[in-house]
Amino acid sequence: MTAVDTSLDSIKQSLELDKVESHLHPEGSFDLAAHPVPTGREEIWRFTPLKRLRDLHTEAAFGGTLDITEQLAEGINVSDDASGLLGVSGFVPTDRIAARVANAAHGTALYEIPAETVIEDASVIIVRGTGVEQAVAQHVVVKAGRFSQATVVFHFEGSATLADNVEIVVEDGAQLTVVTIDDWADDAVHVGHRHVKVGRDATFKHIEVTFGGDVVRSDTTAEYSGPGGSVELLGLYFADAGQHIEHRLFVDHTAPKTKSHVVYKGALQGHGAHTVWIGNVLIRKVAEGIETYEENRNLVLTDGCQADSVPNLEIETGEIEGAGHASAVGRFDDEQLFYLRSRGIPESEARRLVVHGFFNDLIRQIGVGDLEEKLTATVEAELAKNVLNNEKDNA
Amino acid sequence: MSTLEIKDLQVSVETEDGPKEILKGVTLTINDGETHAIMGPNGSGKSTTAYAIAGHPKYTITGGSVTLDGKDLLEMSPDERARAGLFLAMQYPVEVPGVSMANFLRTAKTALDGEAPKLRTWVKDVNGALDRMNLDPAFSQRSVNEGFSGGEKKRAEIAQLDLLDPKVAILDEIDSGLDIDALKVVSDGINAFASREGKGVLLITHYTRILRYVKPDFVHVFVDGRIAESGGEELAEELEANGYAKYIGAAV
Ligand SMILES: Nc1ncnc2c1ncn2[C@@H]1O[C@H](COP(=O)(O)OP(=O)(O)OP(=O)(O)O)[C@@H](O)[C@H]1O
Ligand SMILES: [Mg+2]
Repeated sequence: MTAVDTSLDSIKQSLELDKVESHLHPEGSFDLAAHPVPTGREEIWRFTPLKRLRDLHTEAAFGGTLDITEQLAEGINVSDDASGLLGVSGFVPTDRIAARVANAAHGTALYEIPAETVIEDASVIIVRGTGVEQAVAQHVVVKAGRFSQATVVFHFEGSATLADNVEIVVEDGAQLTVVTIDDWADDAVHVGHRHVKVGRDATFKHIEVTFGGDVVRSDTTAEYSGPGGSVELLGLYFADAGQHIEHRLFVDHTAPKTKSHVVYKGALQGHGAHTVWIGNVLIRKVAEGIETYEENRNLVLTDGCQADSVPNLEIETGEIEGAGHASAVGRFDDEQLFYLRSRGIPESEARRLVVHGFFNDLIRQIGVGDLEEKLTATVEAELAKNVLNNEKDNA
Repeated sequence: MSTLEIKDLQVSVETEDGPKEILKGVTLTINDGETHAIMGPNGSGKSTTAYAIAGHPKYTITGGSVTLDGKDLLEMSPDERARAGLFLAMQYPVEVPGVSMANFLRTAKTALDGEAPKLRTWVKDVNGALDRMNLDPAFSQRSVNEGFSGGEKKRAEIAQLDLLDPKVAILDEIDSGLDIDALKVVSDGINAFASREGKGVLLITHYTRILRYVKPDFVHVFVDGRIAESGGEELAEELEANGYAKYIGAAV
């Protein structure tokens, strides 16, 4: 794989210290009138197939329903009204779909972990779509009280046209892990926004797994309300023929001594599979002594796929501990395949090993109970769809 | 029994300016129990010979034949060649991130034998093979060749040779990047393999150093895509003293 790695040195050279405003941080608004219908030429929409969004970006009515099954661990509180908490995480919509959801007050839910409550078991919320015809809007708040520890899993499945805003507040000293699994049926459309505010010395870990759906576009943004906070964003995705999977990340280092670590890895197979990864990091003037690293790697398994990968690091202070990014789009490495095959391993098996290997180091970082095993199995199932068949074409 | 027979092998690679001929007719037979050394200057085609026999997709065979016990290797895919009994230790072993040595070795052994190795004895076998190469058992949990030092990569290749137990081993510059202690360890591994019943070894090297520990039955001097001279061990000594100048002069 060819990699473009930027070291701290070269970043320092390109510093623009007098800069105040960043294009990475557009003015947001809750006012729908401030968000005209996108044409597709806008920077934030240029990769997205608007025609396939079923009018989420124009004016699709929100009247659909979801089947929600909660398997909550003891200690976590749930309320079906979070409407008073709009913007509690500091979230302000910066695009029309997020603004529409904020104004729709359609479905709403609050998951709250009380202060100093430590919950070992993951709380799993299974969100099942019941059909694509009627769009659904959801506003969800996850609040981790001071010094609490918990893991919350959102598992999406079935068919839906869903737009959701998830606001996450991690209060001082809390440790929260959120897992989002887009395991949709083939016809689902999901445009999601997640915004997290990370308190002083708090830790937020997001694991985003995207396998299913026709179009899945997710925006994940993070800001810090105090020094010492840490954000880890891990993503694993697998796009099949015709699928559009887009991850847009923005970490706004708004406080000193904060950390962010972003690693997304994806595989693509089949005609028309398209993935987009936008990794934006802004280091503000106040954010001295921060550390950031972001990485995106894509493995293109067949012809006819497109992987776009755009890392973006903007630095307004020279006083940083470390900053780096890497981005790569690669194909199967012939040398790796040959090495494995020269030991007697048949081609299909060799391909499987390479893809597993590609995802493995990421899966190992997840650290959530049996999720690692499940993901390994899911990767296996995805591979069975195409990589093995593809071998016949190449033979 | 194992006989590797290379007859008039001609190989080219695809370059920007069209195909480039690299091997211009290599003929060599390795019989049961024989160790052959190929020596030659940089760029003479030693690795090309090894890769072409193993079936690397980069090389195109334009003429000649290669058989192992009468079976046409050139007809086979790289993995079929390995299953027919061929092993290639590469000059630059490839890193495979995220795939543990343990997983890799078990998958390879299963593919070669047609059945999974017995779990209890296999772990012992793997640890034993690593240990003989002075590699910590922890290596089996590391990704294939990833972050291995140059010497560790070479020792891991010999550990694989030990475990996978082919009929014929082609070792491409297994001695490069080894300090003297590692060279002895690796040589012991090669000798142990060669002394098994009916094995053949083709040792490709640039230097005579390893030939002090691994005694070849035949030495071939490789120049400009063909064998310029063959002889016994004494040929290596002569090369040690005089270098390749005589052959390179003749080739020009
Ligand atoms: N893809 C390629 N394109 C052009 N030339 C190539 C290519 N691959 C190999 N060659 C050339 O083929 C020749 C033989 O290379 P080979 O690697 O077999 O040499 P070698 O004898 O193993 O050398 P060394 O001692 O350096 O390992 C060299 O001149 C090399 O540059
Ligand atoms: Mg070579």
